[in-house]
Amino acid sequence: METCFRELGERLCEDLADDEVLLLNYSGEDSDFVRLNHNRIRQAGHVRQQALELDLVANGREAGAAMPLGGVLEDDLSRARALLQRLRERLPLLPEDPHLNYATGVNSTVQHGENRLPAAGEALEQLIDAARGLDLVGVWAGGEMSRGFANSLGQFNWHSAYSFNLDWSVYREGDKAVKQNYAGFAWDHDVLAGKIARDRETLALLGQTPRTLAPGRYRVFLSPAALFELMEMVSWGGFGLKSHRTAQTPLLGMLREGRTLHPGVSISEHHAAGLTPRFTGEGFIKPDRVALVEAGAYRDCLADSRSAREYGTAVNAAGEQPESLEIGGGGLDGGAVFGALDTGLYVSNLWYCNFSDRNHCRITGMTRFACLWVEQGRPVAPVNVMRFDESIYHILGDRLEGLTREQEHILDTGSYGWRSNASARLPGALVNDFTLTL
Amino acid sequence: MPADWQSVINDFKAVVPAVDFWSLRLVREEAETLCVREGVVQPPSLAQGRGVHISLVDRGGAAWAATSALTREGLRDAVHEALGWLEVSRRHALVAAEHQPRPQRSGRYATHIETPWEAWSLAGKLDLLQDINRALKVDECIVDWQARLSRRQIDVALVTGDGVVIEQAFHHVLPGYAAVANRDAQTQMRSGGGWGSMRQGGLEQLAAFDFPDSARRVAEEAIALVEAPECPDTTADLLLMPDQMMLQIHESIGHPLELDRILGDERNYAGTSFVTPDMFGSYRYGSELLNVTFDPGVAPEMASYAFDDEGTPAERDYLIRDGILLRPLGGATSQARAGMAGVANARASDWNRPAIDRMANLNLEPGTSRLDELVASIGHGVLMATNRSWSIDDSRNKFQFGCELGRLIVDGELQGLVRNPNYRGISATFWRSLAGVGDPDSLEIWGTPSCGKGEPNQMIHVGHASPPCVFRNVEIFGGE
Repeated sequence: METCFRELGERLCEDLADDEVLLLNYSGEDSDFVRLNHNRIRQAGHVRQQALELDLVANGREAGAAMPLGGVLEDDLSRARALLQRLRERLPLLPEDPHLNYATGVNSTVQHGENRLPAAGEALEQLIDAARGLDLVGVWAGGEMSRGFANSLGQFNWHSAYSFNLDWSVYREGDKAVKQNYAGFAWDHDVLAGKIARDRETLALLGQTPRTLAPGRYRVFLSPAALFELMEMVSWGGFGLKSHRTAQTPLLGMLREGRTLHPGVSISEHHAAGLTPRFTGEGFIKPDRVALVEAGAYRDCLADSRSAREYGTAVNAAGEQPESLEIGGGGLDGGAVFGALDTGLYVSNLWYCNFSDRNHCRITGMTRFACLWVEQGRPVAPVNVMRFDESIYHILGDRLEGLTREQEHILDTGSYGWRSNASARLPGALVNDFTLTL
Repeated sequence: MPADWQSVINDFKAVVPAVDFWSLRLVREEAETLCVREGVVQPPSLAQGRGVHISLVDRGGAAWAATSALTREGLRDAVHEALGWLEVSRRHALVAAEHQPRPQRSGRYATHIETPWEAWSLAGKLDLLQDINRALKVDECIVDWQARLSRRQIDVALVTGDGVVIEQAFHHVLPGYAAVANRDAQTQMRSGGGWGSMRQGGLEQLAAFDFPDSARRVAEEAIALVEAPECPDTTADLLLMPDQMMLQIHESIGHPLELDRILGDERNYAGTSFVTPDMFGSYRYGSELLNVTFDPGVAPEMASYAFDDEGTPAERDYLIRDGILLRPLGGATSQARAGMAGVANARASDWNRPAIDRMANLNLEPGTSRLDELVASIGHGVLMATNRSWSIDDSRNKFQFGCELGRLIVDGELQGLVRNPNYRGISATFWRSLAGVGDPDSLEIWGTPSCGKGEPNQMIHVGHASPPCVFRNVEIFGGE
């Protein structure tokens, strides 16, 4: 579709008046989605979708539109021209936009992904075979994702990638289950088999009589997946320039009260290590990395094009929510976390987090899947689900005992409308006095 | 039916091979969003969507494919993809082919609109949003403020190989505004005018959300909340207003009653349920005051429709009556799998997703108490309004919810505001503490446009109508 998008853009730009600028964004997806329950196929299907966003700028005003693409150039061009005309008629009705901001330098880039994916049907056959006898439930999502940008100033950017994300759980009984994920760009049957084998080992432990913990404070180890859930919450306004300038960030205490995180905590938006395109919807090129928190102190914000214009800074993100978040590793050996925990709760996964006191970055949520009670460095029993309610200033602050050296690269499984290309690189965290409430 | 759809249907019929059953769901959407933030008109957006969803059932297998390429070639490619998965499905199908839905009758539905979106000019709508912005900016401590007005038109046609044709056209309006107040390290947001919700109909629906009249009150309450004391940590009676009741119904009745969750489909993502099939018909879900209906016929409620996306005619049914659990939220496929009666709630978020069990309009039926009588029934308690935080376990049991606004109740009278009000409980016992239900005059229609569920993920709109309700002896608390 790269060629079609390029030609579509060039032909649309031919129609522009001298004082008009056109920004075009393309999204394409060619994905298989297969749901499984009880290690059988619940729903299997395929999505092929393409969409075009048009932003017309003239005389300091901007109006936007989005439309589906059918893949036949002349038809798509005809509908895009009709939509462009509607935008053209709107612009005089709008006031000048003081926050209008788009790239005026030309920075063209092209990045093509290599298709190393297996045939999805074969991968599913391997999964079902490896999990024979298990109560496996989950989803396969895989295929090509592509994004493009073009403008009437001559810039053209293209980004395509072929990836898969196999996300599953294996249930023993009730809500006792092991959560697993295998995501990437090249399929290796041995990796899958190894993960399923570990599922079988953990299932044996889940057969032990579960512990029910009383509300109180516990020593916990948060796996990278559990930390990912917490950081999803912190990222909801935590690092955006607009939310900082309007005092809505949950990290407000770091701005107004001098609060800090543990000096061993450094958080960044690592664009260069992420999976998202390096260009924004307005044609800006993202920097390699934006330091958000350094050695426990707040540093920079993510600024999208409108905030950057409003507050007089450089654009450093497509949006003000991280898409390639990284927390630097610490000194804990990731292979020896049970020993480091000694006696306490190993939290494999957290679920359904939300703020209970946003001003203090206090988050509530639930434990989920194979959370284990550990005694003297040995996991001894599963734990019935518990609600926690705790501030990030404690979890990554005064009650943080250490972070693992190793980081896990977590590929977001989200697929609302389109498959997500967000990801994060996170360590595990050993935390004292973590508050469980219900 | 949109003019160009018949040719798409004809092209599809030309390329679909002989199979036991096929259906074609065509979806077209047009949405428009207007927003003024801090007095600055944000770039208005028009969004169009269009695509088809193909379902094939043949010789023990079932599969789907969806495409935005509506040419004969595009449809042929989609059929090819579906046939490939059909082959895999035959070897590993969870659901027997005879359980796949097969609509029986044709029909139509269209939203009733009194004042069309176009009745107000673009300039007029933007002027209104600017007026609201001025009403919201009542003080220097209002640090962010905005007003929005959106609409969306969705046309859906379901055509089957059996000759059934179902056409439905929906129109929604999504208004709302919010003000953010700050002093030092204390920030509070208050919203109103339908923020976070929507109604089915035209611009005449705005008045039901008090849009735009409540704008100044919203801003004043945001400021008052900054100055208010924290909600106390206590065990007390709880009066939930309809704009929080909707969330309480949604999370701790709606989701646990979804039959596909009970059947295990969602265990890897949205979760399972503490409800099991044997509970229907006898389980005491709540006090005798609890009556909950699946009601697709409340015209302005956002998820009213005549047929679900499997083509099942939609009718009103009690899910819970006098506190006893009767019926799950399960569409035709789930009903066949579970051997249970359900409702017409198999819905897809768009053309690119298959239908799964969703809430639609899930309503708590009114009782007999006026709002002032509910307040008077409370010796020591807190009124909470407008959801802002939601969290519940994967079995939909242990929950914790937070609201924008709290107000103390002492000896049957409303007292001052409290900020950061939260409460927690357990679904299986919480509804049994229901002690008061507001009368029909106190009922309000709410809902959310963004209920998430499913793999692949689907975001869909669901309606919840409820009066205010009183719950006894609830664990209540505030912020730090």
